[in-house]
Amino acid sequence: MAEKSSRVLIDPLFSNNPIALQVLGICSALAVTTKLETSLVMCGAVIAVIAGSNLSVSLLRNHIPASIRIIVQLTIIASFVIVADQILKAYLFEVSKQLSVFVGLIITNCIIMGRAEGFAMQNPPMKSLLDGIGNGLGYSLVLLVVGFFRELLGSGKLFGQVVLPLVTEGGWYTPNGLMLLSPGAFFLIAFLIWGLRTWKPEQAEED
Amino acid sequence: MRHNVPYTLLFSAALCVVCAIMVSASAVSLKDLQEANKALDRKINVLEAAGLIEADAKVSAAEVEGLFGTFEAVFVDLATGKELEGGDTETYDQQRAKKNPATSSEVPTNLSRVSRIPNKAVVYKVLDDAGVVKTLILPIEGYGLWGTLYGFLALEADTSTVVGLTYYEHKETPGLGGEIENPRWKRLWPGRKVYDEDWQTALEVIKGNAGPATADPYRVDGLSGATITSRGVTNMIDFWMGDRAFGPYLESLRRERSAA
Repeated sequence: MAEKSSRVLIDPLFSNNPIALQVLGICSALAVTTKLETSLVMCGAVIAVIAGSNLSVSLLRNHIPASIRIIVQLTIIASFVIVADQILKAYLFEVSKQLSVFVGLIITNCIIMGRAEGFAMQNPPMKSLLDGIGNGLGYSLVLLVVGFFRELLGSGKLFGQVVLPLVTEGGWYTPNGLMLLSPGAFFLIAFLIWGLRTWKPEQAEED
Repeated sequence: MRHNVPYTLLFSAALCVVCAIMVSASAVSLKDLQEANKALDRKINVLEAAGLIEADAKVSAAEVEGLFGTFEAVFVDLATGKELEGGDTETYDQQRAKKNPATSSEVPTNLSRVSRIPNKAVVYKVLDDAGVVKTLILPIEGYGLWGTLYGFLALEADTSTVVGLTYYEHKETPGLGGEIENPRWKRLWPGRKVYDEDWQTALEVIKGNAGPATADPYRVDGLSGATITSRGVTNMIDFWMGDRAFGPYLESLRRERSAA
């Protein structure tokens, strides 16, 4: 593979977005995006974990016995997730309480496992690190867009600050309750994928 | 062949050691901060149950300590219902006391699945300007679906009217049982009554919707998709407000109050 490093970093944002094109990691995209604040923290945690795991797996790639490679990757990922969770509990307690189990569930996020097995096992450390950050950013992009609309339309706020004053509090905006439920996120992600594939028709699947 | 069985075993052992060191180092070095966060969170919950701060309001640690300082914390002997003199309520760990046979006692089988209760519990009191008790905040706990729920129930001086209910630690499913933390649900509690006219516990979380507190004081809306958690909340109130827990204490408070 002779991809340039910058492409490794930028590609996962739009051309090869892990959520929009590969439709991976949807579960956490639904669970943590009712507020921008939680989405942002989740993005940070995922970027840190995926960058760390890609780098470590890549450094070890020539030493990992093929027969146990999946469990080795999982162990590495799980360790990073626990460290990330501990750090959140120490420095961002409120948000980590809201994220509850979903930080721990980063372990099962298919994007991270997929990049470790699919990219870091075959590529040098620097490139794997960039690929990890790139995919983390691609994931974050979707999460933040979804979080933005869910918080704005669902509770009339952004980062907890009132943007659209609610009817119940004397304003004019009637919140869309659907946005706060998981199906709301499905709709938003679907619109995003639709938009992206209209812009880049080559991403559409053949039927 | 480098990837033979001994190599594989050695590699996995080495990896485990490295990962274990990384994980335990982070857990140990961050422990103090996490404990401080937990203690602060507990205090925020006490304040919230007492209705002194809003459910999702952001408050600084200093504000919390300040408000908390106006509370009077007392030890209550659960068996006799008497307040105990002295003791450090700040450092008392009720969970630890509960596990030690010397500082706890067994209770009969109950729906809340509480098997032991501490001999003394910390109760927080909010006093008005004249020094008369305005609000009581009682620690409660009990089984939900996945684990024990820990929270605080705040009552008015009549020992029956609810001021607020909060949970600071639980393992319920986010979005279902986890909704016990939802501010909208918590707002349904103030004004409900724990006891009926004969001073029996009557408050219940029902399936479906209850009326407003004034018209329907003994029932609270259930959480959809969380029948067992809702039932757990009912059982917990029934147990902790009953004879084996805070019942005697609350009764003595009522007697004092009618005498005054």
